[in-house]
Amino acid sequence: MSSESITSFTPVFASIVSLLAVLPIALLGKKPNLREGATFVAAFIKFGLVLSMLPAILAGKTIEYTIWEIVPNLEIAFRVDGLGMLFGLVASSLWIVTSLYSIGYMRGLKEHSQTRFFSFFAVSLSATIGVAFAANLFTLYLFYEMLSLATYPLVTHHQDKEARIGGRTYLTYLLSTSIGFVLPAMIFVYVKTGSSMDFSSDGFLNGHIGATEALILLLLFTFGFAKSGLMPFHSWLPGAMVAPTPVSALLHAVAVVKVGVFCILRVYTGVFGTDFLQSLDLGVVVAWIAAFTIVVSSLIALSQDNLKRRLAFSTVGQLSYIILGAALLSDRAVTGSMTHIAMHAVGKITLFMCAGAVFVATGKKYISQMDGLGKKMPITFAAFSIGALSVIGLPPAGGLISKFYLVTGAMDAGQSALLVIFLISTILNAAYLLPIGYRAFFPKDPKLAAEPFSWKNTQEASWQCITPLSVTAVLAVILFIKPQLLLQLAGLMVGGNG
Amino acid sequence: MIEQAPALILLVPFFVSIFVALLGNRFQGICFPLSVLSLIGSVAASVTTLGRVINEGTIRYRLGGWEPPMGIEFRIDALNALVAVAVSGVGLLAAIYSKRAVLAETPDKVSQYYTLFLLLITGLLGMVITGDAFNLYVLLEVSALTSYALIAMGPKRATLAAYKYVIIGTIGASFYLLGVGYLYIKTGSLNMFDIHEQLIARDIFDSPAILVAFIVITVGVWIKMAFFPLHAWLPNSYAYAPTTSSAILGPLMTKVMIYVMIRLTFTVFGSDFAFIQLDWSDIIVWMSVVAILAGSISALAQTDLRKMLSFLIIAEVGYMVGGVWLADDMGLVGSIYHIIADAFMTLCVFLFAGIIFVKTGKRDITALDGLFTKMPLTMVGLLVGAFSLIGIPPTAGFFSKWYLIQGGVASGHWEYVIALLISSLINAVLFFRIIEIAYFGVKPAEGHGHHDSDTHESGPNEASFSMLFPLLATAAALLVIGLYNQDIVAIISSFVSQFNFGVIGI
Repeated sequence: MSSESITSFTPVFASIVSLLAVLPIALLGKKPNLREGATFVAAFIKFGLVLSMLPAILAGKTIEYTIWEIVPNLEIAFRVDGLGMLFGLVASSLWIVTSLYSIGYMRGLKEHSQTRFFSFFAVSLSATIGVAFAANLFTLYLFYEMLSLATYPLVTHHQDKEARIGGRTYLTYLLSTSIGFVLPAMIFVYVKTGSSMDFSSDGFLNGHIGATEALILLLLFTFGFAKSGLMPFHSWLPGAMVAPTPVSALLHAVAVVKVGVFCILRVYTGVFGTDFLQSLDLGVVVAWIAAFTIVVSSLIALSQDNLKRRLAFSTVGQLSYIILGAALLSDRAVTGSMTHIAMHAVGKITLFMCAGAVFVATGKKYISQMDGLGKKMPITFAAFSIGALSVIGLPPAGGLISKFYLVTGAMDAGQSALLVIFLISTILNAAYLLPIGYRAFFPKDPKLAAEPFSWKNTQEASWQCITPLSVTAVLAVILFIKPQLLLQLAGLMVGGNG
Repeated sequence: MIEQAPALILLVPFFVSIFVALLGNRFQGICFPLSVLSLIGSVAASVTTLGRVINEGTIRYRLGGWEPPMGIEFRIDALNALVAVAVSGVGLLAAIYSKRAVLAETPDKVSQYYTLFLLLITGLLGMVITGDAFNLYVLLEVSALTSYALIAMGPKRATLAAYKYVIIGTIGASFYLLGVGYLYIKTGSLNMFDIHEQLIARDIFDSPAILVAFIVITVGVWIKMAFFPLHAWLPNSYAYAPTTSSAILGPLMTKVMIYVMIRLTFTVFGSDFAFIQLDWSDIIVWMSVVAILAGSISALAQTDLRKMLSFLIIAEVGYMVGGVWLADDMGLVGSIYHIIADAFMTLCVFLFAGIIFVKTGKRDITALDGLFTKMPLTMVGLLVGAFSLIGIPPTAGFFSKWYLIQGGVASGHWEYVIALLISSLINAVLFFRIIEIAYFGVKPAEGHGHHDSDTHESGPNEASFSMLFPLLATAAALLVIGLYNQDIVAIISSFVSQFNFGVIGI
């Protein structure tokens, strides 16, 4: 793709603005309202900056900025293209929503060390946007590691025994895979090509390595980016559910996990190049690993009574849709997997925020306790149902669009066997998500069912909790009606393959 | 002054040590400022020298104006100029740290301590800049004898450890001297560069005496650098020594010996002899793999903080020996870069351990209970050091691994690459164990109870400035060395490139 490129500092600034915000957040620690004000200012600036680059990207241009050459031929550099823009938009817009939600949640539960919480949240967002706009493998890795470490204090926020175990699992999985797999794979690529490892639209590995090396590299990268939750390196995600819910919502349904699949997408399209992978017929291997993950994680999700854990296993499965789409290598499948980043993000963040709202309002964590709760929290459970529809892939929610592309993409790739997987998993998704909303409104217990509904009896969480989850639920519907922008951004990437 | 800078690097601390010895007993207060001042002088001189080397190329300095090969010559090229900056810099930071630590640990021997401390640094710097093989032996003994005493000043177990070190260290030094003797008999010279020229001129590389000299010197140096399995003297010596002693010996002693190994292998024997004629690369890389794994795994078993760090030094020695013997230019670059990086990261963690010991009086890692609240700045210092040892970008440790792994990949030594990665992961376990204790406390609450934000009984209780400053300066140095790795590597490459190396390995 010989597109025009613009040199601009904007992508760098979009990444570091939240890092800079840590200073005012930390200094204003004693004045919570001003402190959260700083978070909002940073969030809006960040979103504005990302948005300001959108027209140029849609016009088929890329925006680049090189900070400096750190190792011979290797630079810390930023480059915004369609995929990066798509992910950047998702992460930065949802940060605004989540910030409001965090205030409701953290204050509602009177959590300790809120300054630390908001500071590391901001750092995590810097790293996320850094990954989205990274121009080469090295910069990507840099921000990937930064994200692992910045989220550790968030995961272990409660500082109790459970948090310690969760945090241990979290870092063990994420660091051992990134240092053990990605780092050597990256150095191998660097030694073999001697190049700057810049992502290009048709990859740069073709001609440098043979088929066996390509397979090993592919597996190292795929499993190495364990943030994507591909089995067997998924256990950190349910473990990370010890975190406060805003963290689970934005980071472990959107930012962190999407960084994982984003990196995999980047490596497939920008490092290997889909044509190269296709010529070696390597996609199939990964596709079946992803298919396995989808089915198994859905089955595990069915058996979870803790709502957040059920959602976590659902995330593991949904992430593998994205990996599966990327591994199918057909244009439509790749488009589907890119749009699914956004669709799943919006749906899943809604579900998590609902789970948190229920916990704040009633202290309930388990699905079995939520019978009939819909009458007390109608808005929350209405939003929950929309989120669930989106994740399952039913109208009127955005998830349908991306799933449609994935399914047709699988047919394009001639992998009809995988259609069965899609079918099974959709049924399973419905089986573990729909009953929650249904039971909340139509409880099994006749005593609860007999209770009349009235707005006076409702007991919703604070408005700071309810507004964000309503916004994302509405967004899920909007994305169903108007998915064009996402498809256009994804199309920019796929079009390059001709 | 600039002309004399190479000599001033070690003469300033040397003369000041005599002053301290003479006057320190009467005026105890002058010991610390004089030592720090002399080391500032030494740092300035070594930085000046480095600047000259970069601009003018190799500097040949004749001590007292005597012509080599009879007179002692300092020959300073990019390699030792760089190492000298690191050694004097680490020395200075450790000296600043010593202010409180020496008063707390060896209150009755302050002037003796500083005398020995300065002499040790003189010896180490001397080894780095000298171009004379016998002179190197003398300075080796100067630094060895002072370090025995500096270790033995610790509590009872330190005396025993120092005794062990005396025995093994002396054997190592004797091996080295024996090897130099062989070389002298065969070439009639003690000047390193002259020996090499004589070896070529007389074409005696095939002589068994040269082979024996090489083996004996290498083994001697390995003993002094604690290359596994010749490491037994190190852990206890560094763990029980006074904290300032371990903060200077831990980072420098082994690193300077790595430098000596590189200098002797490349300058005296030459890369053709070591890597083509002998072709022991595979065996020695495997030995270093064992050293890396043994050091790392032993570190896992320690609960004593400084003992754990000492085992890490042994693993790091494995990194560097392996890197040199990969017989690849990137591996050699990585090893030399790691000398600098590792000197500062070891200093960082040993300063941390020292601060904890002086503050709490405890050796084991339970002393770190809840430290993020009590000493946040100290923990920031540790975090940078720990991230560097784990190899997280953009700290220096990441880039040394970057170059070393690159060397391993290019030369096809996958076992070395895997060993490096495993050791990184073990370091991650080690340091996150520390971080967990500091963050969660030794016994975290069962449920999450502390919801009130104002329940911290006690506010921060930081270490004094003279301890905190060197720690944070070292942490900053680690970031600078990491971010500017390319400039450092450019200097190293100007040394490495003269060997026409790299093609050999493949």
